[in-house]
Amino acid sequence: MNKFIRVDGLTVPLDRANVDTDAIIPKQFLKSIKRTGFGPNLFDEWRYLDHGEPGMDNSIRPLNPEFVLNQPRYQGGQILLARENFGCGSSREHAPWALVDYGFRAIIAPSFADIFFNNCFKNGLLPVVLDAVSVDDLFHAVSATSGYRLVIDLEQQSITTPGGKRYSFEVDPFRKNCLLNGLDDIGLTLQHVQEIKDYEARRRLEAPWLFN
Amino acid sequence: MSIQTLYDKLWNSHVVREEADGTALVYIDRHLVHEVTSPQAFEGLRLAGRKPWRTGSILAVADHNVPTTDRTQGIADPVSRLQVDTLDSNCDELGITEFKMADTRQGIVHVVGPEQGATLPGMTVVCGDSHTSTHGAFAALAFGIGTSEVEHVMATQCLLMKKSRSMLVLVEGVLGKGVTAKDLVLVVIGKIGTAGGTGYAMEFAGSAIRALSMEGRMTVCNMAIEAGARAGMIAVDDTTIQYLKDRPFAPKGALWEQAVDYWKTLRSDEGAQFDKVVRFDAAEIKPQVTWGTSPEMVVPVDGSVPDPEKESDPVRRSSIEHSLKYMGLQPNTPITQIQVDKVFIGSCTNARIEDLRAAAGILRGKHVAPTVKLAMAVPGSGLVKQQAEREGLDKVFMDAGFEWREPGCSMCLAMNADKLEPGERCASTSNRNFEGRQGPASRTHLVSPEMAAAAAVAGHFVDVGKL
Ligand code: SF4
Repeated sequence: MNKFIRVDGLTVPLDRANVDTDAIIPKQFLKSIKRTGFGPNLFDEWRYLDHGEPGMDNSIRPLNPEFVLNQPRYQGGQILLARENFGCGSSREHAPWALVDYGFRAIIAPSFADIFFNNCFKNGLLPVVLDAVSVDDLFHAVSATSGYRLVIDLEQQSITTPGGKRYSFEVDPFRKNCLLNGLDDIGLTLQHVQEIKDYEARRRLEAPWLFN
Repeated sequence: MSIQTLYDKLWNSHVVREEADGTALVYIDRHLVHEVTSPQAFEGLRLAGRKPWRTGSILAVADHNVPTTDRTQGIADPVSRLQVDTLDSNCDELGITEFKMADTRQGIVHVVGPEQGATLPGMTVVCGDSHTSTHGAFAALAFGIGTSEVEHVMATQCLLMKKSRSMLVLVEGVLGKGVTAKDLVLVVIGKIGTAGGTGYAMEFAGSAIRALSMEGRMTVCNMAIEAGARAGMIAVDDTTIQYLKDRPFAPKGALWEQAVDYWKTLRSDEGAQFDKVVRFDAAEIKPQVTWGTSPEMVVPVDGSVPDPEKESDPVRRSSIEHSLKYMGLQPNTPITQIQVDKVFIGSCTNARIEDLRAAAGILRGKHVAPTVKLAMAVPGSGLVKQQAEREGLDKVFMDAGFEWREPGCSMCLAMNADKLEPGERCASTSNRNFEGRQGPASRTHLVSPEMAAAAAVAGHFVDVGKL
């Protein structure tokens, strides 16, 4: 997994609450059996004026100039600023895959949907929960200043604005460690093989019907 | 033993080890798999040279991409076909039980699991699908996971997670005429909001829940995720046990007796403490219709589309305005004046036998309105379809002008050929009314099977309580 230590990135404001996984990556793109290549279809229905299907040449599709990702000042964004309940809806990991494939490294929002939040960590994408007032302040600052960059430091658990203002955020210590070191969850769990086997042996006695 | 909630009991019996910070390794009893969220997990496993830990815990079925029309020709869309073929070959190669497209037992994964008795009380059940919460109706701890976790469970039979907070949703009283489990859960979502359950495991209890059939309970738990809760659950009672008896994967003989004794302990103890409790009076619940692009945007059928002018919170106001524009609705329009173009009865929320019976009950001797372009009934599984046909329900649907289809997810998410045309408005028994969910620029109104059937007949929404 990709490490996440510190990102100094251009910030893109997506000013909508309850952005769901269908909006992040529409279902026609879920037919892929790969993990990569979803970036060009991130927010497909908002980003393009026509209807997207797998296999289309996205470089020649008509762009929606209103949509934030299409505005010149936000090209190359690495940090997405969002509103509450970001990532609600389905469990599809295609949503974080698409965000990562596009180039995002972190998302800042007042709240996230559970499964999406979890999926982000598995893909080296840092979801940062910041209180709604601070997020609102950031939205104002981003739209007021072209080229607005934030520095997210995971080690320090801090976000620093160009003006030097610092916000601190919480992150689960276990997940933080995995991200900082790019650790693979499965490898970590397999260090406990014996405990899993012991548990299984006990359960076979207690609840044998589970092993039919 | 201390006083525990149902969630405590399910959690405690599955913790393999726990770190000081509360991160636990949780053992998974049942792993359900479908074609959309599994290919990358199988590939990851293969690339790492790993094998599934316990293939017997896995049950696979293709549901999202399968056609609901004649299947003898296979799947026309090559991309969809590749995804289903990939599931077939992964399962064949690893010796995983799979109900293939031609198998009568094929269907929507959340209909198939319980129907087979593959979902049992006291289990941890996972699937790479958010509506895995459905299985909590059996007092199982069931929740959706992402593809990395699908791979993790395959490789280790465990998941890394932290315990959620607990919420009790208490619904007392008797549901009125024409009011269903679907209406009940829509009211819950409307009240607490789509993020209201985030971070919680939600237990549904109270006399109104007890009175529901297993099908109804599954409808309720299915939509717990629409309230933000990864898991919904309901205690075991006689209804649960009766439903499971003689199901193919359920224990038999002495093991059955032993299991039942244990299952009867699967309820929250008297006096158990929850982090949050919300209460509802069943008698006050009316048939519901969503008007917007989030399941929380819901009103009773005798209500009206909301007026953004009356909303003081600016973020909420703009989200109402945005939804109304997308939905092509004017503020203050009475719900019963909304005309529908299509009607979809199906999905893991409402495509079980009882749902089809309920809809057929409305349709018997009636016909779909001429203004309705298409009405379709898509059974949740091949076995549901067979049962419905034994009862003659297929005739009722077809005589009324419905199309009677093969089982699958179908127009719930429109990944196969079943979709709405841009701008079309649908009365749907599914669970999500997100933008584009049923096709680009599609407009979805979530309702119960009875309400969908009644809308098909009238051409617009009607209060089934008054029929
Ligand atoms: S029926 Fe709909 S919600 Fe259920 S599993 Fe299929 S796509 Fe998902």
